[in-house]
Amino acid sequence: MPEHIISSKLYIGIWATLMCLTVITASVAFIDLGPLNTVVALVIATLKALLVVLFFMHVKYTSEKLTKMVIVAAIFWLLILLFLSLADYSTRGVIHAGMS
Amino acid sequence: MATATATITAEREHYLNTDYGIRSWLLTTDHKRIALLYLALITVFFFIGGFFALLIRLELLTPAGDLVQADTYNKLFSMHGQVMIFFFLIPSIPAVLGNFLVPMMVGAKDLAFPRINLLSWYLLVLSAGIMLYCIITGGVDTGWTFYTPFSTAFSNTHVIEAGVSIFIAGFSSILTGLNFVVTIHRMRAPGLTWSRLPLFIWSIYATSIIQLLGTPVLAITLLLVVFERAFGLGIFDPARGGDPLLFQHLFWFYSHPAVYIMILPSMGVVSEIIPCFSRKRVFGYSAVALASIAIAVFGFLVWAHHMFVAGISLYSAMIFSMLSYSVAVPSAIKVFNWTATMYKGSIRFSTPMLYAMGFIGLFTIGGLTGLFLAALGIDVHVTDTYFVVAHFHYIMVGGAVMGYLGGLHFWWPKISGRLYPEWLGKFAALTVFLGFNLTFFPQFILGYLGMPRRYWQYPPEFQVLNVLSTAGSTILAVGYVLPMIYFLWSMRYGKIADPNPWGAAGLEWKTQSPPPTSNFDETPEVTWEAYNYDEIPAPEEVPVG
Amino acid sequence: MADTPLMTEHEEGLQHQFVDMEQQRNAASLGMWLFLATEIMFFGGMFLAYLVYRYWYYPEFAAGSRSIDIVLGTVNTAVLICSSLTVALGVKAAQLGKRKTLVTLLLITILLGLAFLAIKGIEWYDKFEEHHVPGRSFSAQDLIEKYPQIHIDPAPTQIYFSLYFAMTGLHALHMIIGVGIFAFLTYHAWKGRYTPEYHTPIEIGGLYWHFVDIVWIYLFPLLYLIDRKPLK
Repeated sequence: MPEHIISSKLYIGIWATLMCLTVITASVAFIDLGPLNTVVALVIATLKALLVVLFFMHVKYTSEKLTKMVIVAAIFWLLILLFLSLADYSTRGVIHAGMS
Repeated sequence: MATATATITAEREHYLNTDYGIRSWLLTTDHKRIALLYLALITVFFFIGGFFALLIRLELLTPAGDLVQADTYNKLFSMHGQVMIFFFLIPSIPAVLGNFLVPMMVGAKDLAFPRINLLSWYLLVLSAGIMLYCIITGGVDTGWTFYTPFSTAFSNTHVIEAGVSIFIAGFSSILTGLNFVVTIHRMRAPGLTWSRLPLFIWSIYATSIIQLLGTPVLAITLLLVVFERAFGLGIFDPARGGDPLLFQHLFWFYSHPAVYIMILPSMGVVSEIIPCFSRKRVFGYSAVALASIAIAVFGFLVWAHHMFVAGISLYSAMIFSMLSYSVAVPSAIKVFNWTATMYKGSIRFSTPMLYAMGFIGLFTIGGLTGLFLAALGIDVHVTDTYFVVAHFHYIMVGGAVMGYLGGLHFWWPKISGRLYPEWLGKFAALTVFLGFNLTFFPQFILGYLGMPRRYWQYPPEFQVLNVLSTAGSTILAVGYVLPMIYFLWSMRYGKIADPNPWGAAGLEWKTQSPPPTSNFDETPEVTWEAYNYDEIPAPEEVPVG
Repeated sequence: MADTPLMTEHEEGLQHQFVDMEQQRNAASLGMWLFLATEIMFFGGMFLAYLVYRYWYYPEFAAGSRSIDIVLGTVNTAVLICSSLTVALGVKAAQLGKRKTLVTLLLITILLGLAFLAIKGIEWYDKFEEHHVPGRSFSAQDLIEKYPQIHIDPAPTQIYFSLYFAMTGLHALHMIIGVGIFAFLTYHAWKGRYTPEYHTPIEIGGLYWHFVDIVWIYLFPLLYLIDRKPLK
């Protein structure tokens, strides 16, 4: 629990950054970067999410390690769901020697 | 000391007599009363689910489908599974024994969020009501597994109601897990470090993690099925490009870890009973504690072993097969450590100990047969046969239910302030053990010989084994009814129990039986390690109720 | 009967199961973070469905993405970011005991939330008009004609829109719940219930709101920005 009180200026700065990133991500979508479009979009989204988590949700200022562990665990579990499922989807119909 | 029976009104105030009337129960926030509310609810559903099982076994007495129609049979096994899993096994130990014991074991006055605890119970009640409506209006015939597109597009049964019901039950489960995790992290008594916690707490903690991280995926999956049926979304519809296997991935991502929700608390109970009735510290406390966490984590990595023949890629099948082997390791560590705890212990064969020992044997068989199933080559032959049915009943019934009954007997003096009749307890335990094995061991053979599951008729050569199985189920039913009767009997006529009739370690035994509403008269301060049986004298006489 | 060996004064708002206010605060905070973890997994199931089907049906997803209004989507993203700012400033106002500021910020948050829902309603209505709602009246014909450069198979295009409605619908439901929670908080803030010593509900309500914002931060590129490249 933060007894630490964050300055309004910092909040507004974070807000401004988030707004800029929003405009950027929407604009970049119109530029042809091939497969990089998706990467850029997700990187920007993750950046925005991080700003919200660290500053608006005070995670940067908390002394509670458990909070950070909960966040990391949840993301890790989501990645388990996504990646292990992809292990199936990305290898269907793939023909290797000796298996079909 | 235990005195003669019953009409002694407790001059001492405790959680049962502190307030009377239905409002004091339905609006309680006392975790101990909520535990009893759950006990009542899940016992009712245990018998409903058991009733469906008896009908199944009756049908399977003869090869022909002559008791019920095929569609009805589909509904019977579907409702048996849903009721037993969501309204009995998943809540059982966490919501009854966990709710009752967790605050006491950590030295707290209640759980972190008592009102949310009550909400959890009401959510299960609401969900149970919807499920009862579903049952009365014909149930579902999709199997408890709800596979698409049958459940979304072709079944003519009450899939939406069943889906909504289980969705709500899921939130009951999530909130219970949330309550436990916060309580265990934030409300331990002074001096109660993690390494001094009872292993039951470690098991409940691991279970709660699974409940928190897995159940939401079931919730969204069932919601999507309901939306598909209700609003015509096409996410699982092959005609619109949907993948039925996507449903299975999402479903089993929860439902496999769910089996660990069902078994881990039982393992925790066994970890409490074994040292007490061996008068020894647990062998390898840290290993057992960490094994619980390992089971919770690894349990999330293996789900597609339910889908080996469904159409997943061979490559992913191999990965999941390997991972499935690895999850057996922490379970095995627990079995070894329980056995080592008993070695050279001073064993007393009281009823809880009989259940715990039965658990170890039957869980081992069930677990080893799981390894058979994890092997791709064998699975191709025995999947969707009675081999699978036997496997999971050995773990769920031979394991989880025996652990639950053992725990009920072990903590009954604490919960009720009374002793159950020990000789009847032993008799029922043996009846359960014999009935269980007679019911389910033949099913391993049936499955291996090729009898498919979920079929309402079968070739005549399978009849003998089926008859044995049905005979066993009637014996098993007797074994289950007996404790219900004598527990109720004991609440009025049972011998008054000591605070600690078993001479057990653990904070819950340091308070009165039954406990006062706030659990302890003074907040305990813990300066001793768990299972300090070298310091606790064994009770002079065996409590016999 | 003594609660603990040390007798603590009964603090205002201290629930009986807790030893002191700090334990109660820490418990509430951990409880909310754990709940948010469950929400990540809840939405996560739909993200898996999205991942699989975008991988299988990229052209249909691209076309579907083009058919939803990027301006409205961007505006809505901005609306939510503004609402997160007002929430964060609201928590600060509570920490400093500024009741009137807190109430004002909470009210603005609610208004922004309602604005988001209104815009979302407009977007859904547009989809209904264009026959992009999955089901019997679904038709991808307009997309096939509008984007001949994209090879669109009409059947799986429904899957994009199924996911669109499921994901934005569930998100909107969480917004509605959030607005309800904040209405509750506003009422109690107005009544003067929150002080620098006790404003936990504001903090944990804020956490929930920020989480719903983060879900949208991911939904926006995943649904709206799949493929906006100029077509030849």
